[in-house]
Amino acid sequence: MQFQLPYSGLQWSDLPYVLLGVWNTLILTLAAATFGTLIGVVIGWLRQDVPVARVVLAPYVDVTRSVPLIIQFILVNSSFALAGIPLEPLWVGVIVLSLYMGVLTSELVRAGLGAVRFQLKWASRSLGMSYWQELRYVSAPLALRTFFPGWIGTVIALTKDTALVSVVGYVELLRASQVLINRTNEALLVLAGTGLFYFAICYPISLYSRRLERTFQHD
Amino acid sequence: MFNYTFYWSIVWEKFPELLQGARITLEVTILSMIFGTALALPLSLWRRAREGVGHAFATGWVELARNTPALFQVYMVYFGLGSLHIHLPSYFAMVAALTFNNAGYLAETFRGGLNSVPPQQLSAARSLGMSAFSAYAYVVFPQVFQVVFFPYVNQLNWALLNSSLGMIIGLRELTGATQAAQSESFRTFEFFIVAACIYYVMAKAIETLAQLASWRLFGR
Repeated sequence: MQFQLPYSGLQWSDLPYVLLGVWNTLILTLAAATFGTLIGVVIGWLRQDVPVARVVLAPYVDVTRSVPLIIQFILVNSSFALAGIPLEPLWVGVIVLSLYMGVLTSELVRAGLGAVRFQLKWASRSLGMSYWQELRYVSAPLALRTFFPGWIGTVIALTKDTALVSVVGYVELLRASQVLINRTNEALLVLAGTGLFYFAICYPISLYSRRLERTFQHD
Repeated sequence: MFNYTFYWSIVWEKFPELLQGARITLEVTILSMIFGTALALPLSLWRRAREGVGHAFATGWVELARNTPALFQVYMVYFGLGSLHIHLPSYFAMVAALTFNNAGYLAETFRGGLNSVPPQQLSAARSLGMSAFSAYAYVVFPQVFQVVFFPYVNQLNWALLNSSLGMIIGLRELTGATQAAQSESFRTFEFFIVAACIYYVMAKAIETLAQLASWRLFGR
């Protein structure tokens, strides 16, 4: 007897499930981008201006950039499990992606602060500004212009990287679509829709960042 | 909290399997970089052409590769082509997906490199009597090479880390091999810590070699 796999076609009732995936992707991206940027700004400033911090933070920066995200998710997930505090997949994603985003952001902050000409800093210090005043009114505003386009690029990369949290069981968009594929066997159709969604988020933002970059280069 | 005994000997028993996985990781990475570079060269030239079918094709490729998750690209090659009855083994699917990704990013890198050489240099070289070939070979490309070198190494590192996606489509590269090896004992943490160390060593080796090469080639 031939065994027939019971596939059922795509239905409108699948829509809430896909929308849940979309929502989970957006929530994770938003949370990780917020925390990651906060971490990155602090760390980037420390790494630029405090020599000790550069040495202390080097292992964190190094490891985060040289180990695949999938493995980072698995390690954080299982180390919390070993410690006896099992963590929701969402929080595993937020922790790992925030730390990852923090490193990428800190590189941009460093580059931004490093691009401020030191004559300007000396000038403002010799005008009687304190270190903090100089940072607040001179360095930071100038650094922001080099920082911002790169930061947008990093957020796009983050949006794409949320797809990997599915390995610890988070149902984000790509995971939701894979579940649908398993049920309907309509891989191409479902995947095309999913890809279109990511593209619709990332492409306009990357166009905007490229335009910003050109604007900042010209003045 | 933390009344857990780490159990490492079981990892060392399986260590050869992990190394075998690391070999496949390197293979997939290097193959996808070679093919990716070969495709990125014409793509970057078409992108510079400003119009025509080539430009549209190259732009589509680059934007698709850069604005969708790498995991989506892997799914597309593995499951998407599968539903068109093109069934690739996971090894080739992984190489193909990473090639697609690398080509997209590298095309932009190369384009940036070509743009960084002022066009006057080409005109100057040509008006000194150099042929188009030698003007490119001796004036333009050496400068492009220098600009593109570190972004290229970055992409190589990305490809190395991205090859870990092979686990999800059942490829036994380092991550996949680790996943398989831990499934008998469920010592997940120990196994993946070791895998992370192997990745770290590979990434650092690439970085160090690149730095040495850069000192040798560019004196910086």
